[in-house]
Amino acid sequence: MTLKDLRPGESGMVSGFHGQSTPVRLMEMGLLPGTEVKVVRLAPLGDPMDLKVRGYHFSIRKAEAAHVFVKKAAI
Amino acid sequence: MPDEAPRLRVALAGNPNVGKTTLFNRLTGLRQKVANYPGVTVERKSGKLTGAPDVEVIDLPGAYSLTPRSMDERIAYDMLIGRLERAPDVVVCIVDAGNLERNLYVASQIMDLGLPVIIALNMVDAAVSSGLVIDANKLTAALGVPVVPMVARRGEGLEELRTHILSPPPAPGGRRWLLMDAVQARIPALEAMLAEEVPETRAEHRFTDVLRALAADEALEPWRERAPRFTAQVEVQREAFAQRGIAWRHAEVSGRYAWLGPIVEEASTRVKGPATFSDRVDSIVTHRVVGPLFFLVLLALIFQAIFSWATPAMDLVEAGVAWLSSIVQSVQPGHVLMDLLTDGVIAGVGNVVVFLPQILLLFFFLGLMEDTGYMARSAFIMDRLMKRVGLSGGSVLPLLSSFACAIPGIMAARTLDNERDRIITIMVAPLMSCSARLPVYTLFIAAFIPQEQVLGVVGFQGLAMFSMYLMGIVMAFVAAGVLKTFVFKGPTSYFVMELPPYRRPRMKQVLWRMVQRSKVFFVRAGKIIFGLSIVLWFLASYPKVPPAPEMEQARETVRLEREAALEEARALAALHVADVAAFFAGDGVSGEGELHPDLVQARVLAELAADHYEAKLDSLEHVDQAHQIRGSLIGYFGRFLEPVMQPLGFDWKISAGLVTAFAAREVIISTLGIIYSVGDEAGSVALRDALKADRYPDGRLVFTPLVAVSLLVFFVFALQCMSTLAIARRETNTWRWPAVMWLYMTALAYFAALVVYQGGQLLGFG
Repeated sequence: MTLKDLRPGESGMVSGFHGQSTPVRLMEMGLLPGTEVKVVRLAPLGDPMDLKVRGYHFSIRKAEAAHVFVKKAAI
Repeated sequence: MPDEAPRLRVALAGNPNVGKTTLFNRLTGLRQKVANYPGVTVERKSGKLTGAPDVEVIDLPGAYSLTPRSMDERIAYDMLIGRLERAPDVVVCIVDAGNLERNLYVASQIMDLGLPVIIALNMVDAAVSSGLVIDANKLTAALGVPVVPMVARRGEGLEELRTHILSPPPAPGGRRWLLMDAVQARIPALEAMLAEEVPETRAEHRFTDVLRALAADEALEPWRERAPRFTAQVEVQREAFAQRGIAWRHAEVSGRYAWLGPIVEEASTRVKGPATFSDRVDSIVTHRVVGPLFFLVLLALIFQAIFSWATPAMDLVEAGVAWLSSIVQSVQPGHVLMDLLTDGVIAGVGNVVVFLPQILLLFFFLGLMEDTGYMARSAFIMDRLMKRVGLSGGSVLPLLSSFACAIPGIMAARTLDNERDRIITIMVAPLMSCSARLPVYTLFIAAFIPQEQVLGVVGFQGLAMFSMYLMGIVMAFVAAGVLKTFVFKGPTSYFVMELPPYRRPRMKQVLWRMVQRSKVFFVRAGKIIFGLSIVLWFLASYPKVPPAPEMEQARETVRLEREAALEEARALAALHVADVAAFFAGDGVSGEGELHPDLVQARVLAELAADHYEAKLDSLEHVDQAHQIRGSLIGYFGRFLEPVMQPLGFDWKISAGLVTAFAAREVIISTLGIIYSVGDEAGSVALRDALKADRYPDGRLVFTPLVAVSLLVFFVFALQCMSTLAIARRETNTWRWPAVMWLYMTALAYFAALVVYQGGQLLGFG
């Protein structure tokens, strides 16, 4: 599954990226294979997402989130 | 620059939102110089270290990475490698203790540049209260550069940092992180090739240069001309990596984080803290229902404040301008130089200064939103809507600000880090109906739109006003879509935005920024407006038309009438000189407490002489002005344009008004006022009546409701504001964009008005 499929409140661990087209900026912001990521909430209109990574919040669109493979964490 | 070259140049670098500006203010004590980097709108802030005037501190723009994605990051990178000016001697990297890994990422990139680096571990207090303690000594040992824990906001740790700055540590030796083997193996060959092709590249930057070029197309492109062989080789290597399944684009990021992760882990002690203040605020202001409501209420409050708080100040500015004009005019009445100064320069510059209160207020609120962290949330909330037209959430505020005035709106677009989004936002911002259009809308709607109600609830007039705003918004979205599709082709930009923790705004900084931004606007835009005002004045004043001979006669008649009235009053009063003397000689209260009817009559006559005949003279003056403008170049332009504007329903007078409205929209009202000889006071009932009564020689009305609607539509779309052009020139650093902006908006205005007028006539509304 990809990061896009996580629902608000769910967490996962990044397992990889969909090809080379993934924006490098995502990784520079600390979203790397092995990183834990939590979807805190979605914007009022359902997109973009508010993510918590390495202790801080950042926001990406679902279109970008679809590039990121995750393993969903058991709650 | 008058001062001698500084002994030591210190650059402050780091992520956005980590207290860089606060630290800069602490180090320099607000004695700063704000300028712009050549050719871009990024601010270059520098100052002298307090107590050490030979040390210059430069506040670099915020950067998440040295692989530049935004204008800010490009400048930061170019400054650090000495491409813009001499490279700094020391770099202070400010990092947020609460968000260490990501902050250290760019710090680790800077550490590879061969410059002495000091790390300022900022906001340790906030980290502690969220349950995170960082051991600075462990960090120092692991990173190999001094790490100073501090709370910049309160000045804690400042002394230690100063000590390190004044005796800088040695540059960090040897890279401590590992690039994946497959990529690392190719680096030396590429370095050698670059050294051979471009010998002037500095050895200590070569590793960074190669790494950047390998990882990012934007960084490779600049080498294409200077180092074609190197560029080709990089491309070959990329291809080879791709075939072997090596994630070369991610190599640097993975390598650095793999090094930093354990270091941060080792130096941190985490105590599980409660949900932070920020998280609690966010659960409200980005809530599905409450969030958008909160945003709308906040906007409504800001606009209310801008409109209502600014009004008294704007009135004051207008009064001040009028006062200044009268002072200047009194120096040598009627002299051509005085006319130029008052009607040209003072009036022109006054047209801009009058927006100062609104601009200051808007910048104040924008600064507040930036400083508290709410700005990012507004982009978060609105992104989905803006994405539809190819923009991102960041464009919302600039566009909304443009309802007050396109100038601060265009300037607010600086907060967008995507250059393409920024230009598109600037290009469509003037379509939002700004406050200068309001007086024009009001005049024509009040004069020509019936006051009746639709379905008994909404008035036609209110509906018309609403449509004006709606038309502008819809067209702005359409224009953005068109620009995005045809001018700025290419893949949609991605949206990666930090949601920084909420912070208490630092008033001093907010105010300081407000003043600085406003100053920049006035200095730069002011110059252009100054010049154009003089041109417009000249067009309205030349060639000089001698007043018609019958005017002189009419004036003489009025003067004689006044004299006669005064004479009569004097005669009446003279009959009762004795009474008056008695009246004042007594106890001040005469017997009857009343004046003789003759004296009352005398006073009426005298007042009449003062007011009535003055007014008559004034209106004769207006006739003169009308006469002058008809014969001036502007009148000539109006008649010249008439055939072109006729299909829109505009006669030469409206066309002349549109020519003068190029300076600023609301000027059309005073021009029409002058042409119709009712004086140039805006919104006067006399003007409304004159417009309604005006007829062509064949008896047709000049202004039908259809003409008024056509004109209103023209005003919605036309770019009649030289301040906007001036600021767009400044913000895009080229005349190309303002030229395109003016052309497309004028064309849009023309064709929209054409469709309205011709369509309306076909439908029988003529």
